[in-house]
Amino acid sequence: MVDHTHQDIDAATGTPTTGHEWDGIKELNTPLPRWWLWLFYACIVWAFGYWVLYPAIPLPGGHTKGMLNWASRDAVQKDVDNLKAIRAPFVGKIEQASLQQISADPKLAEFARAYGRSAFGNNCAACHGSGGQGNAGYPNLAGDRWLWGGSLDQIAATITHGVRAGDAEGHDPTASAGMPAWSQMGLNTQQIDQVADYVESLIKPTNADVSAGQKIFTENCVACHGEDAKGNLDLGAPNLMSKSKWLYGSDRATVVQTIANGRAGQMPAWGAKLDQATIKSLTIYVHSLGGGQ
Amino acid sequence: MTLSVEKDPILRKPEPEPSEALFEGRKPIYPQSVSGRFRNIKWGLLIGGLLLYYFLPFLRWDRGPGQPGQAVLIDLSNGRFFFFGVEIWPQEVYYITGLLILASFSLFLMNALAGRVWCGYLCPQTVWTDLFLLIERWTQGERRERLIKAGQPWTMQTLVEAILKHALWLMIAWWTGGAWVLYFADAPTLVKQLATFQAPMEAYVWIGILTFTTYTLAGFAREQVCLYMCPWPRIQAALTDEWALNVTYRVDRGEPRGSLKKAQALREAGEPAGDCVDCNQCVVVCPTGVDIRNGLDMGCIQCGLCIDACDNVMSRVGRPTGLIGYDTDNNVDRRAQGLPAEPPKIFRARTIVYMALIAGVAAIMGFSLATRNTLGVDVMHDRNPIYVALSDGSLRNGYTIRALNKLGAARDFKLTLDGLPKGQIEVLGQKSSDGVDIHVEADQTLEMRVMITTPPDAAPPTSTPIKLVLTDAKTGEKAARADFFKGP
Repeated sequence: MVDHTHQDIDAATGTPTTGHEWDGIKELNTPLPRWWLWLFYACIVWAFGYWVLYPAIPLPGGHTKGMLNWASRDAVQKDVDNLKAIRAPFVGKIEQASLQQISADPKLAEFARAYGRSAFGNNCAACHGSGGQGNAGYPNLAGDRWLWGGSLDQIAATITHGVRAGDAEGHDPTASAGMPAWSQMGLNTQQIDQVADYVESLIKPTNADVSAGQKIFTENCVACHGEDAKGNLDLGAPNLMSKSKWLYGSDRATVVQTIANGRAGQMPAWGAKLDQATIKSLTIYVHSLGGGQ
Repeated sequence: MTLSVEKDPILRKPEPEPSEALFEGRKPIYPQSVSGRFRNIKWGLLIGGLLLYYFLPFLRWDRGPGQPGQAVLIDLSNGRFFFFGVEIWPQEVYYITGLLILASFSLFLMNALAGRVWCGYLCPQTVWTDLFLLIERWTQGERRERLIKAGQPWTMQTLVEAILKHALWLMIAWWTGGAWVLYFADAPTLVKQLATFQAPMEAYVWIGILTFTTYTLAGFAREQVCLYMCPWPRIQAALTDEWALNVTYRVDRGEPRGSLKKAQALREAGEPAGDCVDCNQCVVVCPTGVDIRNGLDMGCIQCGLCIDACDNVMSRVGRPTGLIGYDTDNNVDRRAQGLPAEPPKIFRARTIVYMALIAGVAAIMGFSLATRNTLGVDVMHDRNPIYVALSDGSLRNGYTIRALNKLGAARDFKLTLDGLPKGQIEVLGQKSSDGVDIHVEADQTLEMRVMITTPPDAAPPTSTPIKLVLTDAKTGEKAARADFFKGP
């Protein structure tokens, strides 16, 4: 307890003590520097002003808004609007121009690629990879194998309407034309192995007899993959003559699994989510990754 | 190094008494005007330097259509620095480094030859302080009057004088800041904008900042900048030697000092008498308040005004001039020993090394400027995927390439591939084994996607060093960048 009645003065310094004593050592009650105190009081006054002007007190049903009605979200929005205004001339041009016109104008294409790259990072990279390198089941966009076509217009259509996404204008909207599961369609395990042998022989010529598999292929697969096995862009049927890595993998086990269980990859329709300028820029960017078709 | 404790008034000062304040207050300095040789040189340099600073932005230089027509322009928004026929891009900032190296070695050389002449004659702090003092003298009168007025209460007249002085100071300070911003934009346009209050906010802010610094530094801080803020006096002490010319009082001639009458009486009596009449003129004209008779002083900026003042007095009293003059420490020592003075040695190891370094750096800069590329190419290899295997088994690598055209005219380039004999290079539908054509607008860069493909039968090893070469289709000027072609 502080003894207020008898102020104890420390003999050595002449300063009053707080009255606290530990083992004979007393705590000096040195006053705070005057300048410090005044700053402290000024801060208190300042704080009242701050409470009135700025959002300050959390209450049930929301915090007080303050007289200035300031919000950090508004500041962000201002920056975003500012950025949009800076981009507006370029974005406007992209909205007006056709994909071919954008691609033919080097400066506009440069902007579209940069604009598209950021949209790609936000929306596409999760599946297609940060550089469009793809992943098992998600096509490599930097290559030259295009399931649904690699021209500017084809890429734009795929992005806008998606694949098996329920969009009537998109590819296979009802998901009825994917690769069937041939184990359910009358092929037994031996037949699946035979057709897998044949498919493998397309890119890795072999001396073994693959005629049994060829027969099954001709009867069942050419409708989509074509007589020459080069696929069909309208149906999203891949080119089986491609020596690059296949969409789901080129190893034997994956090929057998694909034949037996079928495949029906999906991609969302971005038309409803992204604006025209973004989709066009994305198209230019994706097209530039592998040079498109 | 002959700077000794005995001679240096700063080092010689006695320890302050414990009761004294820790810091000495500033003693106001009221420099008196003086005329003479060094004052005239200073006026000449002041006028020349200020004219250069204020009017250089208005000098025009034709760079062709669509290019800035200002001889010296720092175009921050476009990242270009124009200096007459030279155009520097941000990545060539090493030219600035070279200029700074040249500037510091020139300062060292100047110092080795004649001490802090830079400080006394050309340093902006000195030049603007001189100009401000001129206005102070013009409005408030000579040293004597200013001293008297400073000790008296305000009157209508002194108030008007002070207001006039500060108004003129502020006008000069404003003009100083105004000239500064003209180096960063087209000067005539900006002047028009400033006059009609349509200039960008940055221009006004910078003019404000420079107005404030000029007004405070030249109007109030003055010699305190040299004494307390500037590092050069400290560095200079480490770089000087006994052959550097410094403003020096000839102790052997001047002492014992005394009044003219006293000296005459002494001389008639056959006793030694110095030439110094102790008139204190050398001190009252000094802009930093130094008494040069105490020896080399850190506050001395080597401006030579005390030389002019002393010479004037010496001619009036009929004694030879040169009691104070530019002299070497070597001669100070020799005179103390009764030896004759020696002419200063201009060529000695120190100055020769400085001159060689200046010549070397200048030669390197000149050579690199004369042979510098007006085109450039930057290459960034795709990271994801590093390579792509194509359907037919060929391999492809993607690159992002930036072609730079540093000239004021649009140019056609050819981008070719070196080091991959079967490789094909492709940009925007153009595919060829002997290069693709690129068109870059005047003073612009262009970013492109470039793809290099090798046929299936020529699968290269995991990593092949390649070179991408950009060639001017007309002149054949080349720029190249090394990179790699990656495979599995």
